Amino acid sequence: MATLIATTQHSPVADAEALRNAFQGWGTDEKTVIAILGHRSVHQRQQIRKAYEELYQEDIIKRLESELSGDIEKAVYRWMLEPTDRDAVLANVAIKSGGKGYNVIVEIATVLSPEEVLAVRRAYHNRYKRSLEEDVAAHTTGDLRQLLVGLVSSFRYGGDEINARLAKTEADILHESIKQKKGNNEEAIRILTTRSKTQLVATFNRYRDDHGISITKKLLDNASDDFHKALHTAIRCINDHQKYYEKVLRNALKRVGSDEDGLTRVVVTRAEKDLKEIKELYYKRNSVHLEDAVAKELSGDYKKFILTLLGKQD
Amino acid sequence: MNSYEHICPSLISFSQLNYQTFRNMALNQELQAVTEAFSGHGVDEKSLVTLLGKWDHQERETFRKNTPPFFTEDHERNFQRWDDHSVRLLKHEFVRFKNAVVLWTMHPWERDARLVKEALKKGPNAYGVLIEIACTRSSEELLGARKAYHSLFDHSIEEDVASHIHGIERKLLVALVSAYRYEGSKVKDDTAKSEAKTISNAIKNAQKKPIIEDDEAIRIFATRSKLHLQAIYKHYKEISGKNLDEDLSDLRFKQTVQCLCTPQIYFSKVLDGALKIDVHKNTKKDLTRVVVTRADIDMKEIKAEYQNLYGVSLTQKIEETAKGNYKDFLLTLVARKG
Repeated sequence: MATLIATTQHSPVADAEALRNAFQGWGTDEKTVIAILGHRSVHQRQQIRKAYEELYQEDIIKRLESELSGDIEKAVYRWMLEPTDRDAVLANVAIKSGGKGYNVIVEIATVLSPEEVLAVRRAYHNRYKRSLEEDVAAHTTGDLRQLLVGLVSSFRYGGDEINARLAKTEADILHESIKQKKGNNEEAIRILTTRSKTQLVATFNRYRDDHGISITKKLLDNASDDFHKALHTAIRCINDHQKYYEKVLRNALKRVGSDEDGLTRVVVTRAEKDLKEIKELYYKRNSVHLEDAVAKELSGDYKKFILTLLGKQD
Repeated sequence: MNSYEHICPSLISFSQLNYQTFRNMALNQELQAVTEAFSGHGVDEKSLVTLLGKWDHQERETFRKNTPPFFTEDHERNFQRWDDHSVRLLKHEFVRFKNAVVLWTMHPWERDARLVKEALKKGPNAYGVLIEIACTRSSEELLGARKAYHSLFDHSIEEDVASHIHGIERKLLVALVSAYRYEGSKVKDDTAKSEAKTISNAIKNAQKKPIIEDDEAIRIFATRSKLHLQAIYKHYKEISGKNLDEDLSDLRFKQTVQCLCTPQIYFSKVLDGALKIDVHKNTKKDLTRVVVTRADIDMKEIKAEYQNLYGVSLTQKIEETAKGNYKDFLLTLVARKG
């Protein structure tokens, strides 16, 4: 469920005017920006963009970029982009950032539905005049390339059918691939990049039944290079993406790892989807509410904005 | 028997003899015509109805005794039996028109999905069809085929291609069917130039590492836009003086390059291969597939290219090789839109 609390009475024109006022003069009235944009649904935000453009012949996103800075600028910029466009931008940034960005590409390719991934690919065409897979391929090599290109190019079957015999065969194949350090990863890549999500979950369950240990824990031992890290992320996202996102948030708040963007990314992309469930998982895992952890670790307008998206009532 | 026999027996016998000769000559012609009606692509239904339909028992026996591939003589028991293999082949010819009609009326997405499925079932000899579909359809058409495939077969195309193909061509084929290429006009020419060099090096290195296993070659041809690839094709010619596909010895890679860069030449070659007499029954199917799938797209350009390559018009070739309703249907499709 969403954590965003969107207004029920919406006037895009009033919002556009109020935001225009917030930009006037020295500095920016961030409070107003947060109070308005932090309480608008995706549809409402796009209407505000349109109204602002009509009233002032300016793209509000460009204006926000110049009015804000730092973490809040990044967060609001991503928040204001139309979701498929945003994911295309996130993917492009991730590709350019090399080692630090592969997990984002995996997230986009595996958490979104096949139709959503397709929409992101179209948005990528429009924005960058190249295909997503061509950029991913040109910036990676070897097994990592095979995995990432395969993931972003997949158009998985969406049905509920499970082939139990196949789940067993492929769980065994995955086991073999993981066992050998410099092993033949081709089969693991084939399975993860082409099978339907339902089939994969069945395969992971079969793995756990057969080997007494979840496949993600098994990978933990091997997760030294970029390929295995990405493989790990793919399996975790396909298996239970909410659990995966909880960990991203946890690490970001503890400042562990290199995913500095993690907090913004998860909150902005999930606030209208399932951030509520992720919050609950966070509380279960850490015995502290996500909002409290955020309040402790973040500061300033960035903190206010994130807390607003998390559903904090003013 | 003739009642004038007693008046002038020799005259009557002579005219009977002439009639018999005349009848034999005519029958010979008919035998030839009916055999012809069965040989080629499709069957000449009209001839079969008008000629075969009026033969009496005697004439049909003559037919059986004089057309070796279709009938075999059982000398011991004194009768002629249909050759089983010929009957099976004949079935394909009768059904060729129906298949063309069904394929033509199908939604292009279902059509491509079914063609892929069939190719996977047939095995390596049919993988050219996979390449053809993946590379000659637009990005949205290929996407549509992938959606239809979900609906028809409860699997994704890439999953079936990946699990059915185990040879070295797997990487390339999976990548090709998964592509969702950019279709705009923007091309970075320096990138195209440098990638043409990369391909050139891969080809020079082909003895040590076959190009179909070269990651960079696959990356380029499976992900770049078609315009970009055509720029590479052009730059390659400038570097090496030859056409890229001519310098490739790997069949799959050659087909890939042809389909992406010079599709009308590719289709002309496929058509010419299928329009030969006595060609394998699987190759014959190429004729239906290419005509039906390109009739709305680039048949005009294919006809021009065909004329260029072979010095004879495609229409004429079809007229000579195909028969009956099947022929008429193909000619109608080929003639559409000028």
